Amino acid sequence: MTAGVSSGTSPAGPSTSRFAELRLEGVGRRYGAQTALEDFSLSIKGSEFVALLGPSGCGKSTALNCLAGLLPLTTGSIHLDDRRIDTLPPERRGFGMVFQNYALFPHMTVRKNIAFGLQMQKVARAEVARRVDEAVALVQLGEHQHKMPGQLSGGQQQRVAIARAIALHPPVVLMDEPLSNLDAKLRLEMRMEIRRLHQDLGLTTVYVTHDQEEALSMADRLVVLREGVIQQVGTPQEVYEQPVNSYVAGFMGYRNLIDVDVTGGDAEHAVVEGGGLRLTGANRGVRSGAAVAAIRPEDLVIGETDGNGIEVTVRIAEYHGRELSVEATTEQGRSIYFRTPERVAPGDRVVLGVPRHRVLVFGDASAAREAVRAGLES
Amino acid sequence: MTVGLDRAAAPRRTLRHRLADRGIDRTLWLVLPATAFVLVLFVYPFIYGLELSFQPLEGGGAFANYKEFFSDPYLRDTIWKTMRLALPAAVFNVAASVPVAYAMRGRVRGKRTITTLLVIPITLGTVLTAQGLIMYAGPRGWLNRTLTGLHLIDQPVVLVHNYTGVFLSLVITGFPFAFLLTLSYLSGIDPALEKAAATLGAGSWQRFRKITLPLLAPGLAITFTLAFVLAFSVFPSAQMVGKPTGATRVISIAAYDAAFQKFDYSMGSTIAMIMAVIMLIVIALVMVWRATLYRGATGGKG
Amino acid sequence: MSTMTRPVTEPEARTSPDATPRTRPRGWTVLLWLVVAFLFVNLAALVLSVVVDSFGTRWFGTWLPESFTTHWYADAWHEFALSHVLLVTLEVALAVVVVSVLIGVPASYVLARRSFPGKRVLMLLFVLPILVPPITYGIPLATLLYRWHLAGSMTGVILANLVPAVPFVILTMTPFIEQIDPKIEAAARMCGAPTRVVFTRILTPLLVPGILAACILVLVRTVGMFELTFLTAGPSSTTLVVSLYNAVFAAGIRANQSVDAMATIYTASMMVLLIVALRFVNPTQLVTRVREEPTE
Repeated sequence: MTAGVSSGTSPAGPSTSRFAELRLEGVGRRYGAQTALEDFSLSIKGSEFVALLGPSGCGKSTALNCLAGLLPLTTGSIHLDDRRIDTLPPERRGFGMVFQNYALFPHMTVRKNIAFGLQMQKVARAEVARRVDEAVALVQLGEHQHKMPGQLSGGQQQRVAIARAIALHPPVVLMDEPLSNLDAKLRLEMRMEIRRLHQDLGLTTVYVTHDQEEALSMADRLVVLREGVIQQVGTPQEVYEQPVNSYVAGFMGYRNLIDVDVTGGDAEHAVVEGGGLRLTGANRGVRSGAAVAAIRPEDLVIGETDGNGIEVTVRIAEYHGRELSVEATTEQGRSIYFRTPERVAPGDRVVLGVPRHRVLVFGDASAAREAVRAGLES
Repeated sequence: MTVGLDRAAAPRRTLRHRLADRGIDRTLWLVLPATAFVLVLFVYPFIYGLELSFQPLEGGGAFANYKEFFSDPYLRDTIWKTMRLALPAAVFNVAASVPVAYAMRGRVRGKRTITTLLVIPITLGTVLTAQGLIMYAGPRGWLNRTLTGLHLIDQPVVLVHNYTGVFLSLVITGFPFAFLLTLSYLSGIDPALEKAAATLGAGSWQRFRKITLPLLAPGLAITFTLAFVLAFSVFPSAQMVGKPTGATRVISIAAYDAAFQKFDYSMGSTIAMIMAVIMLIVIALVMVWRATLYRGATGGKG
Repeated sequence: MSTMTRPVTEPEARTSPDATPRTRPRGWTVLLWLVVAFLFVNLAALVLSVVVDSFGTRWFGTWLPESFTTHWYADAWHEFALSHVLLVTLEVALAVVVVSVLIGVPASYVLARRSFPGKRVLMLLFVLPILVPPITYGIPLATLLYRWHLAGSMTGVILANLVPAVPFVILTMTPFIEQIDPKIEAAARMCGAPTRVVFTRILTPLLVPGILAACILVLVRTVGMFELTFLTAGPSSTTLVVSLYNAVFAAGIRANQSVDAMATIYTASMMVLLIVALRFVNPTQLVTRVREEPTE
């Protein structure tokens, strides 16, 4: 942290990021024979919000800890512009970090927690006080600033943790599942808060989460990981609409996975049959033989579409306000999940349709199922 | 730049990466002083003692001291005499600590006071215990006066300067340790387990026998080991309230006599090594038993 | 099914007399406490007889001494040079406490936080000096210290007493450090704190209760450590326990009462230490962390 940085910029106004690119090259981490992270290469632009997404054990936290310097790499390197930083200890990388369980210093007041990093930078006392005031105001903790962490609620503790991380005006803020210990309502609120801080301060953020909805709603770019290997990097829209493989599809909410055989089609479209169904979908690299057709519940509509028609009987209909979440079965007993604004009731027979480009045909079925399970469990 | 990339791609990794792989970094320096300390002042003396034991003062080959120890009944019998004291004392201390600790688990009124009272004998130390035993349990002490006064006995009971005296002193100094350890292990057992057993219809004895005791057993093995080690090395009390020339001439007295009365350091070390070996055998036996126990408790490989 | 007014927990807990294993006095517990109380009375009498004797003039074949006096204490103080002995004891104990904490705590930090090749061997190495009784390694150690011309001096006594003290600190502190969330240290590092600052400003304040407990326990152990001090001490470096033992064996020349007076001083100081210790440490926490309902 240089004097030039700390003097002028106000955390309230948008600050330009102080670097162009944070680059990870072939980063890997092994524990003995076990590989937690393999060949992780990623380039993060200044002011970008990147989410690392995957089920527990996929290596996303390992990647974050390697980036932070808390875990030494076993392969690869990390560069901030032209400076190699993976050889630096965490305290000299100057990144901010927010932990899942907040990791507040239990023996210090809120203010002292926030001031700690500034003191480590040998910032002058008056300046420390000013910047702590700013940070406290930013996360709206004014009335709690003299309390000890133990006296605060989970949400308040999380605000302290965020304030502590950003008080330093770090070039990069790392967040390790920061919302997973909060209840659902608070989580939504804090999500907005973090996004707001990111936009206002222009902080480069790397955010680890297992919650696809959280990742989609917050990040500029997503990195989906599986067993330590990157599956897909892309904008929320790309990952959501164009998953590159069945694993990512399964994890991104393609809940209907239908085992099929490829019977026709071309490079763009595939015609598949199975379980008494015949569908035409977007070909994702299959030629013939066994495949899986992945369809998101919200892409199914009532009434045949694009020549795709699935006849089902409604079994369970959950009320979700504007729409119903429905589990139905085909004649052959296969479960199909869909969402509809129409009021269907158990026992109703309906024909569902889906546009061709919303049926994704992948080769590898087991990976998709694994992802769906992981997504449901996490 | 391309060079760097090539290197990253190559299978050969830097030393830093290889060390990180095995969990080695600078923090490990912190363990060095303690390690060096134990090596210099514990391991080295032990090896030195071992060496010394093979260099008998009066010659006669490397094993002369060991031969002498096992052929001289006055020396050899110290093993038996020590065992006769240490084993019953350790068993008694552990066995007695279980019901007391069991009665103390959970919320008991005055728990802290009772614990403190039970632990206080640690402070007495062997010397005061010995002195107290001589005063209190001696032929003219309060105990014998009370017993004769109540006409329970005609002659004063001889409780000191014999086996009983040392045994009593071992119990007084050893019980608090055994109790503390047992209480800690017992506190580590989730009380919900017993409650669960109760809801399934187990009575209080069954709960203890079927739930608590099996879970406590590994801890008891450790407690027994420590209690045994403590009792096995009995020295001052064997001198003071025992009969150091007869029934309570324990092995540590023999070792001390050899080293610091006769200044035969070699023989002293020999006896110390024999003590260590016996102790390690007992510990190993207990640990082997504990290992079988543990596997059984977790369900085993079946 | 259930009415609104019915308080939930209490009656349910009582529906079956055996449903909860709450400790309500049962036959065996009452009996147990009676036995414990009986033994405790005996123990108290044992201690008391020493104390009474140390204050008595002449006590032979009666319930109580003929009359009471304190002059044995004055005698003991002079005869056994107690002021010097107490000073030595204090110096030895404090030196052992300070050094063992300085060496032991960093080591237990590594053991609590890291896994590295050879860790199990190292753990065994640190357990052995506690497991092996002092007299076993004390004899060769004393022999070595004599050879190094350290035996008989304060340094020798301190070194010998450190042998079990350092592992003891490591063994008590390791679980204590383990229960402190490593993320807190990580957070400090992410705030820019170098290792030294993480230790001084984050870990040390959090470890104070544990270190204090370890200190007091080491102090108690060192003051009470007979064997190692006995084997290594010279006339000028004798601590209270050893001096007491020597006094007993020199009792032919000295009055038994002044030995008792000394024993009383020793016990009183140990008791004060232990009671102070128990204020800081829950004795059961030494092995496992207590899982109890937070009452008391």
